[in-house]
This record gives sequence, C-alpha cells and structure tokens, in this order.
Amino acid sequence: MPRIVVLGASPLGGAPVDIVMDGDRIVEVVGAGKTDTGGARTIDAHGLVALPGFVDLHTHLREPGREDAETVESGTRAAALGGFTCVHAMANTEPVADTAGVVEQVWRLGKEAQWCEVRPVGAVTVGLAGQHMAELGAMAASAAQVRLFSDDGKCVDDAVIMRRALEYVKAFDGAVAQHAQEPRLTEGAQMNEGVLSGTLGLRGWPAVAEEAIIARDVLLTQHVNSRLHVCHVSTAGSVELIRWAKAKGINVTAEVTPHHLLLTDELARSYDPHFKVNPPLRTQEDVIALREGLADGTIDAVATDHAPHPVEDKECEWSAAAFGMLGLETALSVVVESMVNTGLLDWAGVADRMSTRPAQIGRVKDQGGSIAAGEPAHLTLIDPGATWTVRPTELASLSRNTPYRERVLPGRVVHTIYAGNQTVTDGTAQRTR
Amino acid sequence: MKRHLLSAADLSHSDALLVLDTAAQLARVADRPVKKLPTLRGRTVVNLFFEDSTRTRISFEAAAKRLSADVINFSAKGSSVSKGESLKDTALTLEAMGADAVVVRHGSSGAPHRLASSGWIGGSVVNAGDGTHEHPTQALLDAFTLRENLVGGEGDLTGKKVTIVGDVLHSRVARSNVLLLSTLGADVTLVAPPTLLPIGVETWPCKVSYDLDPVIPESDAVMMLRVQLERMTDSYFPTAREYSRRYGLDNHRMSLLSERSIVMHPGPMNRGMEITADVADSKRSVIVEQVANGVSVRMAVLYLLLGGNAPAATPINEPSEGI
Repeated sequence: MPRIVVLGASPLGGAPVDIVMDGDRIVEVVGAGKTDTGGARTIDAHGLVALPGFVDLHTHLREPGREDAETVESGTRAAALGGFTCVHAMANTEPVADTAGVVEQVWRLGKEAQWCEVRPVGAVTVGLAGQHMAELGAMAASAAQVRLFSDDGKCVDDAVIMRRALEYVKAFDGAVAQHAQEPRLTEGAQMNEGVLSGTLGLRGWPAVAEEAIIARDVLLTQHVNSRLHVCHVSTAGSVELIRWAKAKGINVTAEVTPHHLLLTDELARSYDPHFKVNPPLRTQEDVIALREGLADGTIDAVATDHAPHPVEDKECEWSAAAFGMLGLETALSVVVESMVNTGLLDWAGVADRMSTRPAQIGRVKDQGGSIAAGEPAHLTLIDPGATWTVRPTELASLSRNTPYRERVLPGRVVHTIYAGNQTVTDGTAQRTR
Repeated sequence: MKRHLLSAADLSHSDALLVLDTAAQLARVADRPVKKLPTLRGRTVVNLFFEDSTRTRISFEAAAKRLSADVINFSAKGSSVSKGESLKDTALTLEAMGADAVVVRHGSSGAPHRLASSGWIGGSVVNAGDGTHEHPTQALLDAFTLRENLVGGEGDLTGKKVTIVGDVLHSRVARSNVLLLSTLGADVTLVAPPTLLPIGVETWPCKVSYDLDPVIPESDAVMMLRVQLERMTDSYFPTAREYSRRYGLDNHRMSLLSERSIVMHPGPMNRGMEITADVADSKRSVIVEQVANGVSVRMAVLYLLLGGNAPAATPINEPSEGI
C-alpha cells in the first residue's frame, strides 16, 4: 500500500493542510506545502473540504435475494461515490438477516468488495415477523459483530417483544433501531395523511402512527434502561418527542433521511411513484422541524435509507409501486442544499452528523474519527462549490429510482479514501490496491 | 379545454359551460329517429376498464358510438405489476392500436394521471373513475342534471344549494362534484359522519356538516352517495341501521325538502341503506335522468377532446348507418 499525501485540503472547511496517510492510518497532518511527497501517491485537494469518511446507518443492499435491484458490490460502490466509508446493511433481505450465517455472508461480501466497510444490521425477530426474537447474541458474537438490530420495513409493534429486545441487547452493548410505524393506523397507507392525501384520494399515513410508537419506545427504553435508535424520523412531532426524551436523559438516538430534509408531500401530486417512500414525504413544516432537529443535535445522524428497486416496481400506478428511493450517491449534496447552504450546519456539523455520531451509534470502532495523526485513513474530499445534475442512468446503483432526476444539486464528492485506499478518484469509482 | 380530462379541476368555468352546452345540443340527437352523428368517424376510442363498471362503460360506449367512433372495450381487471400485465404494457398495446382517446377506469388513484403524463400514449385520456380520487364525467352529468332541473338548462349554478351525503372519504364522485359544482357557482355542503370525511376537508371549497336534518330544508338538491357495507366492519360507523337513521334519506326527510328540490344518486344504490325505495322511486328522484344525461355529457367530452372539426350535431345522411 503506497503512502498517500492529500495536498492542500481544508479539514472541516478550515485552513489548508497536507494529510499524509500510510497504510490504514493518518500519520501526519501539517500546513499545506510543507510535506515531502517523495515516493508518495499525491492527491491535489486544493479548494476541497476534507471530512472523515461518512457512515450510513441505514442502507438496503438487497443481497442476498434481490440481486436484480442491488448487490453488496454495486451498493457499496455507490456508497463510495457518495463519500461513505461504512454502511449498515439492513436486515430485510431474502433470506432475512436473522441468523449469524446471513450476517456473516453479507459482512464477507462487503470485505471482498472493498469499497467500504459493511456492518450488517440483524433482524430483531425471526423473519421480521414480529413474533419470536431472533438469535441476537449469535449475530453479536459472529464475525460481523452486529450491534444494531432492526426489523426495518416493519415495526416491532408488539410492546412485549420490543421490551424484551431492548433488555436483551444490553448484554452486548447493542441497540434496537426501530422503524416506528403503528401498523393498524397505516394499513394500505400510500402517502402522508393531510390535506393533500384527501384531495388525491390516496390512503393517508398519519404522523401519529410514527409518533405513538416513538413515545412508547422511549418510555420502554427508560424503563429497562437500554438504548434505542429511531430510524428515519419524519415528523415535527417525532422531533419534539425525541427532544423531550433526551432532556429526560433517556438513551435514544435518531436519524433523518436526506429526502425528508428536502422533499415534501406536494410531489405526490404527480402520482409519480419515484416519490413514494416509507415513511412518506411530509409537509414543509415537518421538513423545517427536521432540519432544526438535525441542527441542534436532537437528531443525531443523517442516514440514507438507500432503497433500490427495479424499474418495473416504479414504472406503474402509485398504489402498485414499491416504497423507497436511492440515497447514497446524492446524500451529501442534499445535506449541502438543505443544511449547509441554509446556514444550519457547518462542515464540522456535517462531519458530526454523517460520520462521528453514526459511527458511535453503530459502535463502529475504526470509523468516524477526526482528521489527525493516528486516526484511521477514511477521508471524503468534497468540492463545495461544484454543482451536478442527477442522471439516473449515470448512478452506480443497479437501480435508477432516484427522486432527484434531472435535478441540479450542490456539492460534489471528488475523492474517497477508505482504509488508506482511494476508492473514488475525480468522481469515478476505482480501486487502487 | 386541456388535452386530457383527469380531474374536475381541469375544467375552468368556461370549459365546464362549454361541455354542458355541447351536451345539451347533443342530447337533442337522442330524440331523433337516427341517433347517430358522423362527427368522430374514423377515430378510435378505447374503454380501458381495470375495474368492473358496466354502467360507466356502456355509457361511454354509447356516447362514442353515437358519434360514429370505433370503440374497443379492453377489460384488464386485476392487471397490475403483481398480477400480470403492467399498466405500461397495456398502454403501449393501446398506443400501437392507434387509440385517439383512452377512457380509463382504475382502482388505483392517479392511474389515469400516470397514463397521461408518462408519455406511453399519445391520445387523450379521460378519467372514468380512479380509486378514491375522482370521476369527472359523473360530476359533469350531475351538473347537467342540476342545470336542467334547477335553472332551466342554461348558464351556471350560481347560488344553488347542493347537499352531498355519505361516504365522502372513499368517494371519487364527491371529490369531482365539489370541485365542479363550486366552479359553477353552487354552494355545496358535505354531510357525513366525521369518520367518513377526509382529513383536510375544511380546505375544500364547500361547507361540512355532521347533521343531515338542519341542511335538508335549505337544499335545492340532495345527492346520496353509495355506502358500502364493508365500511361497517372497518368501524367507520357502528351498524347499517344507525347509519340509515342518521344519514339515510327516507320519506320523512324528503318531506322536509322544499317543493322543487330534487334527489340524486350516482348509482348503484343500496336501497334501504342510504336511500329508501320510496325516495328512490319518487317524483323528486332524477336518478334515471342522470343515467340518460351521462351519455350526452360523455359525447360532449369525447367530441371536445378529440376536436371534431364538423359541428357537433350535424345529422347523418347515410341510411346504412344507424344504431
């Protein structure tokens, strides 16, 4: 592995420095132009912002089972292009990641692909069926070292199962990542319940269905003194509840998706299923509350909920379409548009919400560090002034279901370095080892 | 007129009047011995029905045939991504057949909108009822019927009080009627139990009441919506009897109507549920008239969307052609 010297990058947007990496570590950070580059591979990063590699808490890689939509290889390549050096692979595969065997398979596929670290998320219940707890201990003790458990796509709605899972994961410093959706209140739900769902004649997904579960779960978490992570928070009321829970000292963390920071339910007017997602796009008031929650730290992390689907599952009528949208390759740009360009978050804030805190929540040891000597060599270099046009066919994902088609977005990931290897060079994914 | 008719909101005040006036002209054709016009000869109208609805389909079929269009009935019940051919493939098939207009009935809200905006087909799309969204030609025929009965068949419906009663939440008829009748100047009041009104109904261009009795005496027309019994098992209301007592139209309530007020129903009726047999068959009931007006209004829509060059109601000469 050659030494890499990043020349003239601005860590967290600060004064330009040279960053020297050797092996999988950063060995030196010095003022720009003071480095001996002899024999090293150099990356000209003048004008680029350097951030620690991003960590995604919520990625659907679809393998095993739906390799037509995404594979570990294609999904992690997309992740690298988005500036990620670690993703958490959700458990709703076929078969479900509810055993040590499946999580180890996904973990191993990630290791082989080498685009970024893959941390499998284990299912809370067998087959995501919500009935019997899966072997959480076996998954935790496996080579995959699972620490986050989630039935994502489905809510652990049975209060007793949720309580037991919260208690059980304490044995190995785990957390339950809840997909908060009261199932009876959302039967057949198609979009946010509000003025627009009534007009469009689409069955509503009320905010209370998310908030009621979050309220219950933070209280359960307090009662059993465990750790809860709330997936894809989407409503203003949820932000309020989490703010309240944190103020009470309850050990809860939360994530928000890029699309919930930027898009609203108004897009459903088109009946274009590319805007169909679960939880649904909400109102502008919710978007503002989510941005504020992320800015003040009530919401800990941005997580993509990258959800690839084959063309035919989106090229149809709304109610027949699958829920979900791509997110890995557009996440940074959407965060720049919604949080940085609005003045709500500086680059240190972006690093905190997209790298440091998600790594802590996932208990990922060698991710989310700072840009300093001795830290792991995971780096994302961003051109903050660039803009680009999203073209579905040019994305690395096997699927094309982005909601940002033909949209011009600010901020571009130029280079990504994962464990001392450059995975993205000038916006192109390529392995250097 | 826009190229498609997807929502009653697509119709401006003048568009709506144009459709109604054209329909009135075309209605006179029905009184002739030969009920057929050459207007759309050589044009193809496809009735694409993903959902059973014999009455709407035959109404559109009769309308297209009276204008001499070629009619293809395409029943694609149960078609969806999960069960067979996709909406897209069906659309591409119709496009290959050269459809000038596609009349779509679909169980999924927005499906006609998808067809119109996807680029899959080039012809005009007419929404013949989509899910719980809209049914604009039903609203047009209701407006036509109201105009004939309340204001002498001309102009708009300014100041006329129309009460729509029943399952507004799941009703495409109610949505389209609120939009169109308010465009035409009518004062619309929706009456339903709170469980059967959508969130946000207070933003619609109408009034809302949970009680039927106070609204009846001031109504120029009362339109009863079909209430499906399965709503009871979903706890929208406790029992059919309680629903009928609180929201059904019976002889007593009908007696509180003013002298010239009319009773409407889009059909099919649940006699004994939202409307009693006596009311449905009474002199005030214009339910059968609504069906007849449906053909005229749909003729007008097809004629205007397909831009027939000849005047709408030129009689046909060839004796070989007749119904």
